Amino acid sequence: MSVPDFSALNAERATPGARVREVHDSFHGDLLEVSMGPHHPSTHGVFRMIVTLDGETIVKLKPVFGYLHRNHEKLGETVTYLGSMPYTDRLDYLSSMTNNWAYALAVEKLAGQAVPERAEYVRVILAELTRLLNHTCLVGFLMQDCGCSGTPLMYAFREREYILDLFESLSGSRMMCNYQRFGGCRVDPSADWLAGAQKLTDRYGTFLDEFETLLTGNEIIMARTQGVGKLSPELAINAGVTGPMLRATGVNYDLRKVDAYGVYPRFDFRVPLGDHGDVYDRYMIRVLEMRESIKILQQALAGLPAGPIMDPKAKLRSFRPKAGEAYGRIEGPKGEIGFYLLSDGSPNPYRYRIRPPSFINLTVLEDMCLGHTVADAVIILGSVDIVLGEVDR
Amino acid sequence: MESPEQIRDRLLVQFPGAEISVVTNPGIAAQHSLLLGAAHARAIAEFLRDDPTLRLDQCSNVTGIDWPEKEIVETTNISTPDPANPAGPPTVVEQKTKRLQPGFLEVVYHLYSITHRHGPVIFRLRTGNRTDQATVPSLTPVWCSCEFQEREVFDLFGVTFVGHPDLRRILMWDEFKDHPMRRDYVEPDDYEWEPTPHGAVLEKTKAHYPTPPTPAAVAPVKGAAP
Repeated sequence: MSVPDFSALNAERATPGARVREVHDSFHGDLLEVSMGPHHPSTHGVFRMIVTLDGETIVKLKPVFGYLHRNHEKLGETVTYLGSMPYTDRLDYLSSMTNNWAYALAVEKLAGQAVPERAEYVRVILAELTRLLNHTCLVGFLMQDCGCSGTPLMYAFREREYILDLFESLSGSRMMCNYQRFGGCRVDPSADWLAGAQKLTDRYGTFLDEFETLLTGNEIIMARTQGVGKLSPELAINAGVTGPMLRATGVNYDLRKVDAYGVYPRFDFRVPLGDHGDVYDRYMIRVLEMRESIKILQQALAGLPAGPIMDPKAKLRSFRPKAGEAYGRIEGPKGEIGFYLLSDGSPNPYRYRIRPPSFINLTVLEDMCLGHTVADAVIILGSVDIVLGEVDR
Repeated sequence: MESPEQIRDRLLVQFPGAEISVVTNPGIAAQHSLLLGAAHARAIAEFLRDDPTLRLDQCSNVTGIDWPEKEIVETTNISTPDPANPAGPPTVVEQKTKRLQPGFLEVVYHLYSITHRHGPVIFRLRTGNRTDQATVPSLTPVWCSCEFQEREVFDLFGVTFVGHPDLRRILMWDEFKDHPMRRDYVEPDDYEWEPTPHGAVLEKTKAHYPTPPTPAAVAPVKGAAP
């Protein structure tokens, strides 16, 4: 069998055995090249996959990016450090609070800025609410991709609106929050807001129970997702996969535990791990992570100390960090989101780089899809959890 | 975890003759990095990945930095004694010498170890210049995670990664010519006239449209009388 132009298939591979490229053996007819996307509802935005098919089996898959590219990094070099903060909302627009935090953390590392304790707690509360929001939406979208038309997605969106209401009342915007600052947060949450967050936290578990009754033990979903899109832990580590995708393969690596940034070491929570690294595990990991997030939220809301929300010495206007560089990263809902900043002592960063988790998680998309059918590619992509605002930047 | 100096010393024992130096980070974060020569970069990367005490199995972040050539003006004061009055204060003449620091492109890798939960170990590769020698060895065969990120650096900075299995543009389209993340990038002047209240845009369109067309001529109103 000769397959034309499969250079990547024959490319030398890092660790022998780590990245197995299988080409379908039953080569009977012509290969068919199908362009999935960029305008396809299952690609979660303007994303395109050039899929080569043998019958209905995928023998090659090349993702095509850039339809939403706006050179965010160049933009970051032309504005001040604070000026980039609203732009980080537009990266992964489902989790703007964690993007804000990752950027604030990198700048605080660069400038040696301290953060008051109350702000650290508020950041944890908002990050965990973001994780709830992101994972709920992801499960909804994944089920939509599986063919559960409407119901789970609408349930997810109903809950998402409650969280977005909280964000709106705190920051003034549902999704473009622009809330974190270098050395704290922009506004102090009121007692009413905290009571609202407490109420939501208290009843979120009930919603998850309802959601899981609908989905987790569902025979059709199990048949559809188990054993599909398997990823080995060796390849996941080598390909830089992070977040729930990595933990679904059984690798115990959560930056909240590893880097222990913020006040996370004070909270008692567990890191759920998967066994098989298939789509079902990725679904299950997200549900279990939401349960852990509720535990963190309960502890953070109970232990929230009084005090200032901003460091009084923090500088916002005419902020010029010393020359140098810093890389800061946090555990976002999609994986490790990091910012690399290089300062030359001027008000603008000399280099502003985002480490986008969903972009790097797509490195293994082809490896997961090979040998599966087109319908499986849709749910495998759905389980990666991408947002094109972040992939294309 | 070992400091960059210790890693450098160990690497120099392992790879005698390799170019390895420590780049100190003057900032508060103090994340120092290693500067590797291109000749041994691939072998050193494999060593860093497989070494039992380091085991840097995850290459988290790959990024490029553009350092254009810079004119450095050095000022030296030359003092000559006054011939009329040797005991008096000497006359000081400022002499300025200009020196051209050659430009280069830099690729920075951030490595972490998932096995030992430490990091980051940062290392840099530098190209010879920004034009015809803008090449560094690709590390995609060592860490798959570099595959898309090196393509991005190739696309936006114009660094060619030798040994990359699939080096194509990734964010810009294939026919695009320039590298937008370079410091001296000039955006193409391909304006189409459209009615705008912005004076700067109107000024720019004058080169293309000496007499601006009327809005109706550019976009005829549907259903309007001819």
